[in-house]
Amino acid sequence: MTELPLLRVRNLGKRFGQTLACDSVSFDLWPGEVLGVVGESGSGKTTLLNCLSAQLSPSAGTVEYLTRSDGLLDVHRLSEARQRLLMRTDWGVVHQNPRDGLRMGMSAGANVGERLMAVGARHYGDIRGEALSWLDKVEMDRGRIDDPPKVFSGGMQQRLQIARNLVSKPRLVFMDEPTGGLDVSVQARLLDLLRGLVSDLGLAVIVVTHDLGVARLLTHRLMVMQGGRVVEQGLTDQVLDDPQHPYSQLLVASILPV
Amino acid sequence: MQQRIKISGLGKTFILYAQGGIRLPVLQGVDLEVVAGNCVALHGPSGAGKSTLLRSLYANYRPQAGSVLIRHQDRWVDMVQAEPREILAVRKVTVGYVSQFLRVIPRINTLDLVIEPLRALGVSDDVARTRAAALLARLRIPERLWAVPPATFSGGEQQRVNLARSFAVGYPILLLDEPTAALDADNRQTVIDLINEAKSAGTAIVGIFHDREVREAVATRVFELRSYEAAA
Repeated sequence: MTELPLLRVRNLGKRFGQTLACDSVSFDLWPGEVLGVVGESGSGKTTLLNCLSAQLSPSAGTVEYLTRSDGLLDVHRLSEARQRLLMRTDWGVVHQNPRDGLRMGMSAGANVGERLMAVGARHYGDIRGEALSWLDKVEMDRGRIDDPPKVFSGGMQQRLQIARNLVSKPRLVFMDEPTGGLDVSVQARLLDLLRGLVSDLGLAVIVVTHDLGVARLLTHRLMVMQGGRVVEQGLTDQVLDDPQHPYSQLLVASILPV
Repeated sequence: MQQRIKISGLGKTFILYAQGGIRLPVLQGVDLEVVAGNCVALHGPSGAGKSTLLRSLYANYRPQAGSVLIRHQDRWVDMVQAEPREILAVRKVTVGYVSQFLRVIPRINTLDLVIEPLRALGVSDDVARTRAAALLARLRIPERLWAVPPATFSGGEQQRVNLARSFAVGYPILLLDEPTAALDADNRQTVIDLINEAKSAGTAIVGIFHDREVREAVATRVFELRSYEAAA
């Protein structure tokens, strides 16, 4: 039996004019794996994530995704309609700013339900029931189902965004600094929640973060980026406990002790 | 007896770039074999590389030379060369590592923390809970603490939670880094008993035991590591 990865990335590069935002990135991601991408601001983390999730077209290289029916296909060569279908049925994207991932004027229930309807759910009672059960899963008060996210706190908005993304049972989720901009106490709760959901659902996740604590808690593997290149990758505990590259060593040594 | 661990020619040098690229050679040409049911105690002065060797066995550290072969199910896996997901599979099924300190995860209670590795192996919730409860009780963690996250526990309590977590699984290979460092006499004796029971059940163990009494009670043999300077 030849096993195939869920995502196979080869020599991915993205150029903005003269600037090489990300260069020669290659890796495989397997089902159930959580891959962290760390590095300082401007190292190309978000550009990489956007190229992987087909929000940006790369200048070079391939991003192949293991589709349910047709094996590995280069997502950047799919038709736009097929890309959109993939986004609805197989992928989730959790943005750093919940405003980019939620419909702020629609109710919480509708935000979750919309994703279900996009994959074919039609029965109002079922959709509402599923939305309620997801509010439970992300530890939100059921009584808030009819309130719009614009009246929620940042932490609640982020949990709602996670519910909206996971309700349609994606196989692969992209997250950009999912705990950025939140209080530390809210961060811990969110991380713990994510950790549980990811392992219960067997999700594959690519998470961009500059917080090594988040990486330690959430990810199995890490890629360290500097100047658009991956300078080191390995198991998370290897990279954090025995960093090999000068930049990784600097990054790990810069963690403030509590 | 069946071989479980084969280390050969293992070399590990740390290069510290922030200190001008200074090179710290810690292990060189280390050979070690461990069979099922044996407990090898790593011994040597501070800085001789005991922890480095133990962590290399778990692929937490990445050696530059040699190989660390681990008997995983029906094949050998070289932990120095293996792909990340292969290492994760070995850690899930074959090798347990008890560090000196518990890495606590916020908000997860003690009992859930102990059953986690068992649940990952597909053991049913009931069976996992029964096994975890028995070990926690044996290691004298009071039942009222089981529903509490161990973040606020004492060092000794955290160490015992850590031990329960690994011994509950029954890994074929166990790596123990000073498992009794923070324990009182009664708990130390319990850990000695647990180690000897694991040996009888065929577990291959490699450990660091600073306490001579513990070392003499559990070690099948002692493996001497000399500091690199002394060896050169």
